[in-house]
Amino acid sequence: MTKVKVENLKKNFGKLEVLKDINLEVKEGEVVCLIGPSGSGKSTFLRCLNKLEEPTDGTIIVDDYDLTAKSSDINKIRENIGMVFQQFNLFPHLSVMQNIMLAPVDRKRMTKEEAAEKAKKLLSVVGLLEKADQYPASLSGGQQQRVAIARALAMEPDIMLFDEPTSALDPEMVGEVLEVMKKLAADGMTMVVVTHEMGFAREVADRVIFMDGGYIVEQGTPEEVFGNPQNKRTQDFLNKVL
Amino acid sequence: MGEFYTLISVAASNAESQSAIGEFFRYVVNITPRLFEGLKMTVAMTVLSLILGILVGLVACFFSLSRNKILNFISGAYLSLIRGTPLMIQALFIYFGITGALGLRITNFQASVLVLMLNAGAYLSEIFRSGINAINKGQMEAARSLGLPHGVAMRKIILPQAFRIVIPSVTNQFIITLKDTSILSVIGVSELMRQSQQIVAGNFRAFETYAIVGVWYYILVIILTKLFRLLERRLSE
Repeated sequence: MTKVKVENLKKNFGKLEVLKDINLEVKEGEVVCLIGPSGSGKSTFLRCLNKLEEPTDGTIIVDDYDLTAKSSDINKIRENIGMVFQQFNLFPHLSVMQNIMLAPVDRKRMTKEEAAEKAKKLLSVVGLLEKADQYPASLSGGQQQRVAIARALAMEPDIMLFDEPTSALDPEMVGEVLEVMKKLAADGMTMVVVTHEMGFAREVADRVIFMDGGYIVEQGTPEEVFGNPQNKRTQDFLNKVL
Repeated sequence: MGEFYTLISVAASNAESQSAIGEFFRYVVNITPRLFEGLKMTVAMTVLSLILGILVGLVACFFSLSRNKILNFISGAYLSLIRGTPLMIQALFIYFGITGALGLRITNFQASVLVLMLNAGAYLSEIFRSGINAINKGQMEAARSLGLPHGVAMRKIILPQAFRIVIPSVTNQFIITLKDTSILSVIGVSELMRQSQQIVAGNFRAFETYAIVGVWYYILVIILTKLFRLLERRLSE
């Protein structure tokens, strides 16, 4: 079953064309990793998938909802799309528990009690149950990012978007976050991940997509893209990062 | 207040009746009731106009943050009018000018509160706006990505954080408004300043009287400052 369908997506910032013509389908349970040089449009593309960026042209269908249609209720659609940011973006004035419970309770997905139970369950999945009552400022980067993942999961989304989730982390904390993401992938979550962690992409991705200059240049299984890249630009990029 | 009053009374009666210090204390005691009337008026004007000013400031702030060009224009025009003209002119214009031209009757107290509210509102709206803009835009994005509508994200995520940031600047504005009440003596509100002017007009004791009134204002400002320090500390815990 197709979870995400993107057709002829274009995105301009003023005169700058960041995404030129993107077409992509993501199937249920698939883990797609987006790689490419900075400025290639990976993050912008990801942010179009939950409409944090307004597409200039094209259609994006997520879960059979057309995001680009004027009539669609974007808040409703976003409830099913979790997102994890490079900078974590935890709410600093709320405790870890409150961070996780806020959206499910406010959007009436759960009662307070259900949300608290769910939050505790998620915190133990990401290994941070003992931090439930702490505030984000007292957590390390890796811990904050794991809480951010738990917060996104609390809405029980069926797609998760990750925007360079480990890029702002100290090297020793990258592993703990990737570990959580691997678990998530193994549980069958549909994931679209913008990443510079080639090891992670190689190990976890079902499909690797190389973007450059606002286009999808090449895509395939990790073996195909990493082992035998066809395009010159992919080869150049991989030579630099591997 | 009562305690302070007895204290001074005692000090005054104890003092040598002919000495300068005794005379000064007796004078303080003498004018305290009148000044206290003025003080009540000053405090009433300040509190009322600040409460209303906060509401006006919030509305003006959201107008200026809105995507609607008309709302932007309204808040922009309001801000530049208030910033561009002296408070005293605004007071005279509203109390004498507008009421005269339209044949309205409002008391000078109402006019004062209106002027102070408009003033505080304009400056507060800028303070609020800068507070909201100071919050990293990732906060709004994270909230929206969870499916929270813009208004909810504003109320639960952005405003609580902005609120803490703006407390020092808001305190400043409150102090300015408190002291600005003295300008409203020009339209005859019997607040602290006007009371003292009338006392001086009767006895020509400008030196002591204005010194004493200065101390009263100073005490008010200190109280206000301490209250907000307390609030700031509470919130940062």
